[in-house]
Formats: sequence, structure tokens, C-alpha cells
Amino acid sequence: MTDGREPVLQVRNLVKHFPLTQGILFKRQVGAVRAVDGISFDLYQGETLGIVGESGCGKSTVAKLLMMLERATAGEVFYKGQDITKLSGRALKAVRRNIQMVFQDPYTSLNPRMTVGDIIGETFEIHPEVAPKGDRRRKVQELLDVVGLNPEYINRYPHQFSGGQRQRIGIARGLALNPEIIICDEPVSALDVSVQAQVINLMEKLQDEFDLSYVFIAHDLSIVRHISDRVGVMYLGKMVEIGSDEEIYDHPTHPYTQALLSAVPVPDPEAREGRERIILSGDVPSPANPPSGCRFRTRCWKAQDKCATEVPLLAVPERFKDTDSPVAHESACHFAEESATTARPGAARASATRG
Amino acid sequence: MYDPTSRPGPTVLTVTGPAPGRTPGRGSGRATGGAPGRPRGLWSDAWHDLRRNPVFVVSALMIAFLVVISLWPGLITTHSPYDCDLADSQGGASPGHPFGFTTQGCDVYTRTVHGARASVAVGVCATVGTALLGAAVGGLAGFSGGWADAVLSRIGDVFFGIPVILGGLVLLSVVENGSLWSVVGLIVLLGWPQTARIARGAVITAKQNDYVLAARALGASGPRTLLRHIAPNAVAPVIVVATVSIGTCIALEATLSYIGVGLRPPTVSWGIDISEASDQVRNAPHMLLWPAGALSATVLAFIMLGDAVRDALDPRLRRGGRT
Repeated sequence: MTDGREPVLQVRNLVKHFPLTQGILFKRQVGAVRAVDGISFDLYQGETLGIVGESGCGKSTVAKLLMMLERATAGEVFYKGQDITKLSGRALKAVRRNIQMVFQDPYTSLNPRMTVGDIIGETFEIHPEVAPKGDRRRKVQELLDVVGLNPEYINRYPHQFSGGQRQRIGIARGLALNPEIIICDEPVSALDVSVQAQVINLMEKLQDEFDLSYVFIAHDLSIVRHISDRVGVMYLGKMVEIGSDEEIYDHPTHPYTQALLSAVPVPDPEAREGRERIILSGDVPSPANPPSGCRFRTRCWKAQDKCATEVPLLAVPERFKDTDSPVAHESACHFAEESATTARPGAARASATRG
Repeated sequence: MYDPTSRPGPTVLTVTGPAPGRTPGRGSGRATGGAPGRPRGLWSDAWHDLRRNPVFVVSALMIAFLVVISLWPGLITTHSPYDCDLADSQGGASPGHPFGFTTQGCDVYTRTVHGARASVAVGVCATVGTALLGAAVGGLAGFSGGWADAVLSRIGDVFFGIPVILGGLVLLSVVENGSLWSVVGLIVLLGWPQTARIARGAVITAKQNDYVLAARALGASGPRTLLRHIAPNAVAPVIVVATVSIGTCIALEATLSYIGVGLRPPTVSWGIDISEASDQVRNAPHMLLWPAGALSATVLAFIMLGDAVRDALDPRLRRGGRT
């Protein structure tokens, strides 16, 4: 589905290290938390790229890097060929018109002292060229209507809305500048299950309407499968596997993805039988001191000596390269292979991990 | 007051799926009186609570009375505080002079009423000065972080470490003019670090909220983020501390005047009167009783007001959750 289309966002070797310092007055760096350690992917016009992974694997840092809320340590993010990680001031502000964000927690992402009209309308104060002054109130009401809220609610405060309604306000704020890309950092994980579905449906509807591209970050595997065209799996600051939703969910080749998917609960008790659960031993290593070679090797049942010395690159495995099967997608494992016992979670709803 | 534009109407849903379960307008908050769904900000919510709090009503009435008599003491007095006759020295209560006389033969009632002005002026001016300076320094320190924060916080610590009475004795005996402004200046100079610490903490807390991140993601400038998003959400604790500290400032003025470095005669002040009365306590207890009583009642009123304001503004007490 991505053939022949130009990517709107190209991420190349994105790195973010948070320095660990010691000393009070004269701080010296004693190490770094490698929150994001060399991530590359493309985002195409109109598609949704899901990013999954457990808590602390760097998903939210990726979102902040894409939004330029954190400065990348290294690497580039190209928006239509322009590297936005080096931008500042006016040029950065111009790019922000095209890349917007929806936040995780609708309870803290809206200023409690401002009315809905002011929250959404502030966008036009910051970017006055988008809407002339007299037109702003009407535009805010239009946006409220677009996200399924009563336009008459413009004078209300955030605490007068439910969680799902607040998230709609957050989406309206993200849409106000008419961006091309929206970064969604766990946009529904703070909501009730029934409300999650409404918000997801709304986001899909808006995608069709405005031809939006989403980077959809979540830890809920089934929601990601539902909304995404392609899915990337992250582990400890690295992208371990990336492919279309079918490739990742039905033909995972990376052991971590296989373990993650096997943890998805299956609602049907009969289908549950004969299904093998992969239980990983140990904990996620500290991102301040990640294992050498493959980062997953400390918990991997396939690990061999090669894994400790050689970093596996994210690429289509050699032996599948010429095949046309769904197994042939990018996977960062020396022994990438489809597991015979991998469960097919289907549409089952589950959370991969909770922090 | 009812605003028809905000009537809870049916939610216009353009997506499939059931309408949100909760009634729009009530949010997840507690049930409030008045018309449901009427838009009300947190400030007007606080005011709504305050009006129903008897502690607030009593203290506010006391303070209102105090402010009125400090502006127009002539409303309830007929004599001048300087109209003294040594023949009446330390005399007890008599018709027209319900509180008796001082050693100088001045009317204690008149002096107590006129003394309110100095106390209220010092209390209010010192508090406003402390709050403004403290909020500015603390807010800047919390917002910028890094070395600016370290430098500003250390400067604050230096002033925080000076005991107010000691600092007052040293600095005010150097200035030696006993004017109201020198006392206010001293209290502000030694009092701002406390407000600054609270403002810094509040700003750091507010800074971490997602809506600040959201504003930055929209491209908001630093000043806009600070003034529109952080300051309004950090100002409540500063206001609470300021309200309580009016009482403390008034007590401090009396203390400084009592030890002879604050206001000086001919200014009329409770501290001066208490100081004069203290060595005559056995002969004429009424000389001490009335100004000291007025001082205590005033300090109490401001502290009660501060408590009520804190209860009304503290979001954790208000909504039992995340707001």
C-alpha cells in the first residue's frame, strides 16, 4: 500500500541520550540513559504507523523527538526532505503547523484555567496567519463540531467534560492548524474501553476526511492492529521489527514480538487450548547500561554467542529476501524466523504491558 | 446569571457508537449547587465555596471593619489620639473614655482605633511586596531551571537564613527614621524567600503538566507559556501564603515597634502602645489589654481568612481527584 508514494516523514538513526550527571556545582557526566538509540522509519501520506512496546522502551521519547519537544542527540527527521531536528525559531514554528500531537492523558493535557474556546483558539493566536481574528470563534466551533462535540460548549472548562470528551478537545486542538501529520502518544490508554472505541473511530474518520498521517504510539496491541497500516515494535530504545499489520501480527519473526503477542489474552476458551505462551525470564535491562550486541539477548531463548558480539540490523532477513511471503519484512534478529507455535491473537483485546 | 448558550443539550455525535455516558457539564466533579452545567471556572468555584464558609464570613467581616476604621478612624472616634491631658494619666474607664487613659493621659480607645491604620498599612504593603518579589523570583527560578535556578535559590537561602528580629534590630537601627516604609522594606527584604520557595515549587509542578507541553508543541513562546499556562496554575499557593502572612506581618510590625526599632512616636501603632504599656502592666492593665487584644483579633482574622482561602483553592481537597 506504500508503493510509489513519497514518505512525508523520514526518520533516520534517531538517538536520544539523557545524560546522567554527578556533582552539585560542577556537573560531570557519568553516563547516559539511552532512551532512543538509533531508530529509523518512514511515514507515508495518509497511513497510520503504530509503534508498540512495553513501558520505558522509548516510545514516548520518540513522540517528543518528532514533535521537537526534546532535542535529538543525533540523527535526522526529514519532513518533506527538510531536516527538522536542526530547525529553530520561525522555521520550526512553520513546521509545527504541519506536525501536531495528541497527548495521552486528557486530564493533564488541557489547561484547567482556560475555556475550551481559549484552549483551541490559542492555536490561532500563536499562528495568526491561519485564521483572521474575527473568524476564530467560528473556526473553533467548527472544530468542535468536527470532533463530535456540541459547538455550544465553547465557553466551558475542561473539568466539565468526561475523559472521552476531553480527548476530543485535545484532538480538535491538534487539528486546528490543519496539519498533515499527527503524533498520537497513547491517545486512548487513559480512557474507558467503550470510550476508546469512539475515539478510535473518530480518529479514523478524521484521517479519511483530512488525509492525515498518524504515528500511533500505544501499548495496547489490538488497538494498534485495528488502526494501523504498518506496525513497529520497540524494545529498549531500538526498533526490533517493522512491517504491515498482517506481517507483524500473523507472521512475527522477532522473538520479542512473538513473546509480546503470545501474552495477548484470547477470549475464546477453546481457542486458548493448545496455544503456547512464551514467558520471558528476567527484567528489561537498564537503558543506562544496555546489553552488548542484541539488546534482547539477555531474555531470549534463541540467544547464541553471535548475539552478544554483533548488533543485529533492522533489515529483511537474507534467506527470505527473494520470497514474496509475509515473513519477508524487516526484523532485527540474527535468527529471524516465524515460530510454529505463535498464537494468532486475532482481534483479541489486550495490553502488552503496564508500567 | 443563567447562560443559555451552555445548556446541557444533546451531544452531537458524528461518529458511530453510544453517546458518552456522563451528562455533559457535570464532568467528573462533585455535585455542585446551582444550575447544573453552568460554566464556572475554578476561581468562581472557590468563591462559591467561600461564601458558604462561616469562618470566611466572620473573618472577612472583621477585616472589612478593620479596613474601614483604618481608612476613616473618625467614624467611631471623637477625640484626637494626640489630645492628651496628664491629669488623666493611667486613669480607668470613664464616660466617653470606655478603655481608660495611657500614662500620657491619652484616650486608649482612640489610640487603639487609630493604631489600626499603621498595622493594616504595614501588613498589606509588606505582604503585597513580599508576594510580588517572591513570586517573580521564585517563578523565574522554577521556570528557567538550571544555573539561574541555582543562583536565585542560593540568594534566597542567604536572606532566608537571617532571623527577622536580628535583621530588624541591625538594619532598622541603621536606617533610624522609624518610618512605615522602612519597616515594610525590611519585612519584604527578609520575607520574600519564603514566597519564592513556594512559587518555585508551584511553577515546577505546573511546568510538568501536559498542557504546557501541548502549548510548546503548538509553538508558543516562553513568555506565553509562563504567563498563560504556568502562572495561572501556580498562583493559588502564593495567594494562600500571602493571605496568612498579612497577619504575621502585622504581628511582626508590632514586635519591631515594641523593641523600639519599628515605627516610632508620634506615629500611633499598637506595637508602640503595647511597648509603653508593658512596664505599667501592674498599675494599669487596661493600657496593655486593648491594643494587644486588637492586635490578636486582627492577626487571628487574617489567619482564619488564609485558612478558608486555602481550603477553597486547594484542588486536592476540592475534587478528590485530578484536576
